Amino acid sequence: MTAADVLLLGLGAVAVGSGLLVVTTKHLVRAGLYLVVCLGAVAGLYLVLTAELVAWVQVLIYVGAVVVLLLFAVMLTRAPIGASDDLDRPGWPALLVGGGAGLGLAALLIDAFRWTKVDLPEAGTAERLGTEIFRSWVLPFEVLSVLLLAALVGAIIVSRPDIGTAGKGADR
Amino acid sequence: MRPVIPYVTAALLFGLGVYGVLRRRNAVLVLMSVELMLNAVNLILITADTTVRAALPQTGQVFALFVIVIAAAEVGVGLAIVLQLYRLRATVAVDEVPLEKVDA
Repeated sequence: MTAADVLLLGLGAVAVGSGLLVVTTKHLVRAGLYLVVCLGAVAGLYLVLTAELVAWVQVLIYVGAVVVLLLFAVMLTRAPIGASDDLDRPGWPALLVGGGAGLGLAALLIDAFRWTKVDLPEAGTAERLGTEIFRSWVLPFEVLSVLLLAALVGAIIVSRPDIGTAGKGADR
Repeated sequence: MRPVIPYVTAALLFGLGVYGVLRRRNAVLVLMSVELMLNAVNLILITADTTVRAALPQTGQVFALFVIVIAAAEVGVGLAIVLQLYRLRATVAVDEVPLEKVDA
């Protein structure tokens, strides 16, 4: 066990534990805060795995923007403060499918990798990643910018009924 | 570094995400579970990038960045849909969404 292994184990335990709390807690707001812990632990895993840029992008976009958006949605849908009992559906099919997927994938990956060791490669700094993006992956990068624009316009149109249904003459 | 540790972490996170999507009634919680699944995929990509010596180095990290961008777009559109559902039906429970055709 090297130091990297210990860090990976600890951060992985934090990530899985807080992920479990996200899907089981009765408090809507606490689910969002546990999600922050989970995403932060995953960012720590990225740092240990030498993916520096992705780790900081994860902190910026996920922990910063996405969780804030989710908490906005919690507030705007007038979620009850405190525990609520009607958050869950009957659990057996979900437990079967989710547990089957998680444990099956885990068994598959353990069987594939056993206890092989690899050396950590050089760090994925912003300079190296930028070079890689603009040398090999320019077209997906540009397509993603179009996708972001489409998502922006789509979100505006969906959330504004006065422009969404104006052409069809609906009266709501 | 033993790559099996982050791989198993990612597999368990994905299983938790699937469980949450199927179990939760509140649409916002369903979106949170989808985020868990996307994170598991990102973790797999990053770990594979450090584990496998690919022809193009850092490809897995580039793909993880792409997935993060797609997740941000997904959350934006998803929340717009959830808020619209709340405005029309005053509920965000996914099993109370009418699936039959409404007279529009």
